[in-house]
Amino acid sequence: MAMMNFEYKYRIRGGTLIGGDLFDFWVGPFYVGFFGVTTIFFTIIGTALIVYGAAIGPTWNVWQINIPPPDLKYGLGFAPLASGGLWQWITFCAIGAFVSWDLRMIEIARKLGMGLHVPIAFACAILAYVTLEVIRPVMLGAWGNGFPYGIMSHLDWVSNVGYQHLEFHYNPAHMIAVTFFFTTTLILSMHGGVILSALNPGGDEPVKPSGYEDSFFRDLIVYSIGPLGIHRLGWFCAMNAGVWSAICIVISGPLWTHGWPQWWNWWLNLPIWG
Amino acid sequence: MFDYRTAFGLQYQNIFNRIQVRGPVDPGAPLKWGEENRIGKPFHSYLMGLLGAAQVGPFYLGTCGLMSIVCGFIAFEIIGLNMLASVNWDPVQFIRLLPWLGLEPPAPSWGLRIPPLNQGGWWLMAGFFLTASIILWWVRVYRRARALGLGTHVAWAFAAAIWLYLVCGFLRPLLMGSWGEGVPFGIFPHLDWTASISIRSGNLYYNPFHMLSIVFLYGSTLLFAMHGGTILATSRYWGERELELVTDRGTAAERGAIFWRWIMGFNATFESIHRWAWWFAVLCPLTGGIGILLTGTVVDNWYLWGVKHGIAPVYPAVYPYIPTPPTDLTGVLK
Repeated sequence: MAMMNFEYKYRIRGGTLIGGDLFDFWVGPFYVGFFGVTTIFFTIIGTALIVYGAAIGPTWNVWQINIPPPDLKYGLGFAPLASGGLWQWITFCAIGAFVSWDLRMIEIARKLGMGLHVPIAFACAILAYVTLEVIRPVMLGAWGNGFPYGIMSHLDWVSNVGYQHLEFHYNPAHMIAVTFFFTTTLILSMHGGVILSALNPGGDEPVKPSGYEDSFFRDLIVYSIGPLGIHRLGWFCAMNAGVWSAICIVISGPLWTHGWPQWWNWWLNLPIWG
Repeated sequence: MFDYRTAFGLQYQNIFNRIQVRGPVDPGAPLKWGEENRIGKPFHSYLMGLLGAAQVGPFYLGTCGLMSIVCGFIAFEIIGLNMLASVNWDPVQFIRLLPWLGLEPPAPSWGLRIPPLNQGGWWLMAGFFLTASIILWWVRVYRRARALGLGTHVAWAFAAAIWLYLVCGFLRPLLMGSWGEGVPFGIFPHLDWTASISIRSGNLYYNPFHMLSIVFLYGSTLLFAMHGGTILATSRYWGERELELVTDRGTAAERGAIFWRWIMGFNATFESIHRWAWWFAVLCPLTGGIGILLTGTVVDNWYLWGVKHGIAPVYPAVYPYIPTPPTDLTGVLK
């Protein structure tokens, strides 16, 4: 039954959003639930379509496998399977699987009497994905504006779309997103480091209790946000990294069609400079 | 009556501190040395207390910290005054053009020689003081941990970031034989440097260490979303008292572990999640630094490298061959 010794008392009925007790069981360590079933459904179909797309493509080189969206001429219509239709159905299955996974996390959180912070954060990642593959292509009028599925091909897409705006680094929302990514990684190293340093002080030093994190960061940088606050800050920054990523791409094309360096002209032309 | 707080379980979502208890300030855990260097009278800030701890201070100001702050201030002043000089000391234009202003490294023709101050000498000097400031700060991070009887994990994570900084601004220029390869100081100028090193090396996206660095950057963000979310979601059960829950597992740690086990068949522990966190965060600049150090020194063109090793496909030649620099434009360049 792949259960941890303290796990049995937590395996109780209830907390489901849909289906009542129907799928309220576990397989090995995995909770199933209605959304576990839908997750598996979408994942198997989506993965099979990806493998099929690779099979009818020119290469099995894992770096170069590419399943591109339809040509721009198909607009927002359906495309033949081999000409982007696969991409459309894979995108559909991916969204189905991601949303199912998020709803399943909500059910598990409810079952364990926990807050919904993790599924809320995951929703931000789904939002970024949907923005890239659905919202922005719809705003631009063609599925062909989505990114292709492939290790190198999606990097090429990022590079190409970036250079279509001359230099994407000048996109203000991109600046904010990158800042959130870097900040999240910085504070993750600080938090991970201070916890490990209290638990692994080395030599004959005793393990340190709560309070030493605060003392360390107050000594170092005047302020310690505290054991609870650091998790709020990390959660907040991580979600913002995803949300601002979504914003920075959805404004590129639908809202601003020039190079991003030119966008800053409004600042240069403010009437306050005299 | 409809109560929105209970209707959606909002009272359990723990987003802000709703109650701030004001006891006596925490003077800090005992130090092994230098207690007299703890300065400032700690106080409570209501705004800080909304998100995290309300207490601000005390602050430890020792020799290393003071020297670090002085060196950092000198570097900041050199950069700022050079920017101000570049707009003829006009404060209005300084503000207006600030994002574009920069302190550029010496021209490539200087190689690794030391140029006059206004031809890149200031850049070298600012870099020297900024580096001195950062290394002194590293010593401080190390010693503050030791004085509290803590391990030095934060210092070594910081060292990984310093590695990337030194590669970009010092080690790679050294290997390339030109200070001109270094990163300019300035908001847009350093972004231009980033774009330019990528274009000149055949697109950094084909650099496998750049790939790894991005993976660890996104991975760190994912981990903090997962970890931060788990702790907040178990804060009803005191989930934030991580150090206590590691040594004496409580229901918060059990629920946090089981939550992930039920989701993905695997869970970290309250200690091991911080090892995942530390390694992901550390590997981001560590692999990134390796990738930059190889760029232009060992590998000239990452796209061609990718083609050679079967990673990137050969793209059809859309544009005719253009020699660099274009020979027919050399007159213009002169």
